[in-house]
Amino acid sequence: MSSQVDPIDKEEDESWFASAAKIYPMEVKGRFRKIKWAILFITLGIYYFTPFIRWDRGPLLPDQAVLIDFERKRGYFFFLEIWPQEVYYLAGLLIIASVALFLMNAIAGRLWCGYLCPQTVWTDLFFRVESMIEGDRRKRIALDKQPWNAEKILKKGTKHFLWLMIAWWTGGAWVLYFADAPTLVYDLATGQAALSAYVWIGILTFTTYSLAGHMREQVCVYMCPWPRIQAALTDEHALNVTYRFDRGEPRAHLKESKKLSADGLPAGDCIDCNQCVYACPTGVDIRKGAQLDCIQCGLCIDACDTVMTKVGRPTGLIAYDTDMNIERREKGETPVYRLIRPRTVIYTVIIALIAGVMLYAQLNRSMTSFSVVHDRNPLYVQQSDGSFRNGYSLRLLNKHNNEQSFTLSVEDMPAGTTLEVVGVHKDAANVAKDTQLNLTVEADTTRSVRALVFSPAGVDLPGSKPMSFKLIDHQTGETTVVHDFFRTPGN
Amino acid sequence: MAEHKKEIDQVTGVETTGHEWDGLKELNHPLPKWWLYMFYGSIVWAVIYWILMPSWPLVNGYTKGLLDYSQRAVVTEEFNAAAAERAETGKMLLEASLDEIQNTPELLEYAMAQGKVAFGDNCAACHGVGATGFEGYPNLQDDSWIWGGDLETLATTIAYGVRADNDETRYAEMPAFGRDELLEKEQIVQVANYVGSLAGIPTQDGVDLEAGKVVYEENCAACHMDNGKGDMEMGAPNLTAPNYLYDRSIKGIEAQINTPRHGVMPAWIDRLGETTVKSLAVYVHSRGGGQ
Repeated sequence: MSSQVDPIDKEEDESWFASAAKIYPMEVKGRFRKIKWAILFITLGIYYFTPFIRWDRGPLLPDQAVLIDFERKRGYFFFLEIWPQEVYYLAGLLIIASVALFLMNAIAGRLWCGYLCPQTVWTDLFFRVESMIEGDRRKRIALDKQPWNAEKILKKGTKHFLWLMIAWWTGGAWVLYFADAPTLVYDLATGQAALSAYVWIGILTFTTYSLAGHMREQVCVYMCPWPRIQAALTDEHALNVTYRFDRGEPRAHLKESKKLSADGLPAGDCIDCNQCVYACPTGVDIRKGAQLDCIQCGLCIDACDTVMTKVGRPTGLIAYDTDMNIERREKGETPVYRLIRPRTVIYTVIIALIAGVMLYAQLNRSMTSFSVVHDRNPLYVQQSDGSFRNGYSLRLLNKHNNEQSFTLSVEDMPAGTTLEVVGVHKDAANVAKDTQLNLTVEADTTRSVRALVFSPAGVDLPGSKPMSFKLIDHQTGETTVVHDFFRTPGN
Repeated sequence: MAEHKKEIDQVTGVETTGHEWDGLKELNHPLPKWWLYMFYGSIVWAVIYWILMPSWPLVNGYTKGLLDYSQRAVVTEEFNAAAAERAETGKMLLEASLDEIQNTPELLEYAMAQGKVAFGDNCAACHGVGATGFEGYPNLQDDSWIWGGDLETLATTIAYGVRADNDETRYAEMPAFGRDELLEKEQIVQVANYVGSLAGIPTQDGVDLEAGKVVYEENCAACHMDNGKGDMEMGAPNLTAPNYLYDRSIKGIEAQINTPRHGVMPAWIDRLGETTVKSLAVYVHSRGGGQ
């Protein structure tokens, strides 16, 4: 290869740093644009209005359908109530979410990036606001070039104001997930809300405004790891937004193309009108093939189909397809579309399995929980009558919406053993047996108590005697047995 | 910036920076602007930080910064805030009797948590983390007490200490029967063996226990009682208990009669305050030996 380099003498300003070329996406109409609008309205609708959905849980608990209550350490999601101990539900959801990303990728490439990612959705909304105020692509380019005057200031000012309003509402909706929404809205409006609420609104206003208004495709190209990761997940059957160069090349403008056909030379369907490039929100040329910057939103498909319809050629010059199919068509073979293949099946099975496990866990969720920890220091204490005492920390969880009463007993210990719980007295309401006690746990709380077990005097016990605590729920009859040991110096 | 002629690399079509190493030329791929501005922003931030915050070490001290920020002041503030936050429950604790604390689950849980921390900070050094004590430092887990193991008594002992520098401290002193020549050497051996027989410690051969009993009744029974069970009112230990504060053997008993050792426990009320003393009493009581 020739390595001859032509020095070019230009007395231009040298810049070591390039500004990102501003992209002015053109508005398009078509199938994918409609899909994107629908998804935008649904997803943003869910985001902005979910905190206001009410869900009755009884008098003591919050009635907000989706609420993350940090103060009381609970998560609520419609019929679900999650305690901090059950954070594995969140882990399960995250696993499902990531495998769902893999599945999307195996089916049709960057479905997430193109349609669902918040960056895409908000950027799309901001683009729409921009073109409503400043006009479409050409007008925006002209506006940016023209000197500052009243019209430009008004347009730019209105745009940034609307952007900031949307960004502010985005931040405002975020904090509503962490407190009772109507109350918080009132408190925010009257300046009584917690400082952290204002700070978070400020942070999210700033990030939304800068990410969706200013950084746009830079987020996808420079900041997001997902485009890199998914390159490793794709295969030859995954559908991608593809320029069918087998049909499009050699590209030629309309007149030129007619001339070529007349001369009996090959002419492709692409008329090189660049509409696909103008429509692209990340400014790529899809005709160069799959590339990292392409978020596969399908807008170039709409742009191309519009042109193809106008010039009377078949649509689908740019479409969801695979490189493999292009090669097959070039060889005269029929294209292959395989939706069901090992990786899509495996991903679906993984999602179904995890969802199944979580559903099972939720349906069989225990409403009470009981744990026992034996004292480590000391393991046992000798009493003045020669008998031994062991101490245990018991923790009782009551996830019910009302106070629960329990009978606690010690099992598998010799006759004459006694059980005491610090702060719980054996009174008339309590049971007669020495190894049994009644205690209550308030609604929706955890109670930690210290239990003391006394062995009978004069009975030889092994150094470590297996025994157990039994907890019977009075209302449901649910019995929980926790095994532990009674320690003595041994004989 | 280095003077160089702008040139385009023909293979890639990208401008070069003019840097050349062994015939290899560096292509100019400029940094994104946002990155560069963030970098500049960080430098500006650093300078502002130097001016406002403590930053540069000097020979004697450091630059204080205009904001007068100090982590120590922040800690003090947080400490006071935490104290204020605890004030409400603390007040309930202060007003409740010890029995009420033990019978109210929320107060009990709070007192246990506070007691546990206070015990670790203040008591564990002598009584052990598990409250099992050491020789000379009483075991708080078992059920034998010198001054008593009910809640009120525990609170009093913790508040005013034993032989401490406080007007209300608990005080008891056993006479040094040997050192001060109150008893003959032989009498000490006899009474030590008699006490051993009360406690179930094997006695020495050929010692007259009856004589020991007489010595005991004349000299010891006033405090330790005829049966040797002691008197918690006077802080006289139970001599029949399986756990002794000092060496539990005939030799040990002899040593204690000859020259008694007297441990000291500080008075905690001034240092910890009434609320914490109450929590400590509840915590120690809950270890299991409480009466």
